[in-house]
Amino acid sequence: MQKGMHMPSWYKTYHPYVSPMDPCPPITTKRYSTPPNLYLGFQPPGLEQFTPSAALKAGTLWKYFYDPYYSTREMKKGVRE
Amino acid sequence: MWFYEKKLQYPVKVSTCNPMLAKFLIEQYGGADGELAAALRYLNQRYSIPDKVVGLLTDIGTEEFAHLEMIATMVYKLTKDATPEQMKAAGLGDHYANHDNALFYHDASGVPWTAAYIQAKGDPIADLYEDIAAEEKARATYQWLIDLSDDPDLNDGLRYLREREVIHSQRFREAVEILKEERDSKKIF
Amino acid sequence: MKQVPPQYYSELEQIQAIDFVIVELALYLHTHPDDLDAIQQYNESVKRSKALKRNFEKKYGALTSFGYSYSRHPWEYKEAPWPWQV
Ligand SMILES: [Fe+2]
Repeated sequence: MQKGMHMPSWYKTYHPYVSPMDPCPPITTKRYSTPPNLYLGFQPPGLEQFTPSAALKAGTLWKYFYDPYYSTREMKKGVRE
Repeated sequence: MWFYEKKLQYPVKVSTCNPMLAKFLIEQYGGADGELAAALRYLNQRYSIPDKVVGLLTDIGTEEFAHLEMIATMVYKLTKDATPEQMKAAGLGDHYANHDNALFYHDASGVPWTAAYIQAKGDPIADLYEDIAAEEKARATYQWLIDLSDDPDLNDGLRYLREREVIHSQRFREAVEILKEERDSKKIF
Repeated sequence: MKQVPPQYYSELEQIQAIDFVIVELALYLHTHPDDLDAIQQYNESVKRSKALKRNFEKKYGALTSFGYSYSRHPWEYKEAPWPWQV
């Protein structure tokens, strides 16, 4: 991440309408992904990098693009690295 | 031409014997937004696109074959030692009836792969926008696969593949900017 | 059937890591062909990858059969394990 660069959040939420007629217990908050490629525009040179082995693990060489997805189940278990 | 290297792009691990997950994963093997569709789409579009972006389509298309091999490895490991009974219990009885434990290019509900999933319009912007959409759809599929799976090692590989879609989408978006040819005059990027 | 030793995985992973950097830089350079730092890093990574593969192939056999690796006798390339098997 370069200095002065605004870091947006890669996940957003919305709240679907809940009807008293809905048969299933409502999911009140839905999450969706807004990945880094939506925000950067043309990649500027010299973005901060991972080391080669960390890059392989992350799936990207540049830290700015690192946006891992975890299921709600995983997040409850605290699987995040 | 292409050549084969005897290694995976990423170390794929599977920790639980759970053939049911193979049934879901096959979506990214032979499904509409899967890796086969991606590879064939880009490697075919490249013949009728400006020279400036041919290299990008060639290399992303080639990387998609490496991802196809990773998905195949996951499916292979999940079903390798599964008995017909286990295949049936995992919802793979209909697959077994046609293919035994062999892999095949179909989606999670058994629909065989078709070229109708992909397009080559000959219009560079139309094609690159399709490619960006394809990457976002593949990213979404990996999210739903991660939601369905409780295998931590498998999810690690799926997270890697999802991240690659983010990068591919970034590069296709840059390719669009290059074809607009306004970058040097504006310098807003 | 002979299983690969545990260090096979860590040595392979070093190659996978450096080859990943190469792929990432290649895709980046397609849209940033003037970035000299990236080109230098690309060339250094290629050098490192070649050295790692030379070592790896001495222990475990050739990684390719299309002219990028030499072969010993007998022809080992065809031997298991294949990437999806290890
Ligand atoms: Fe992709």
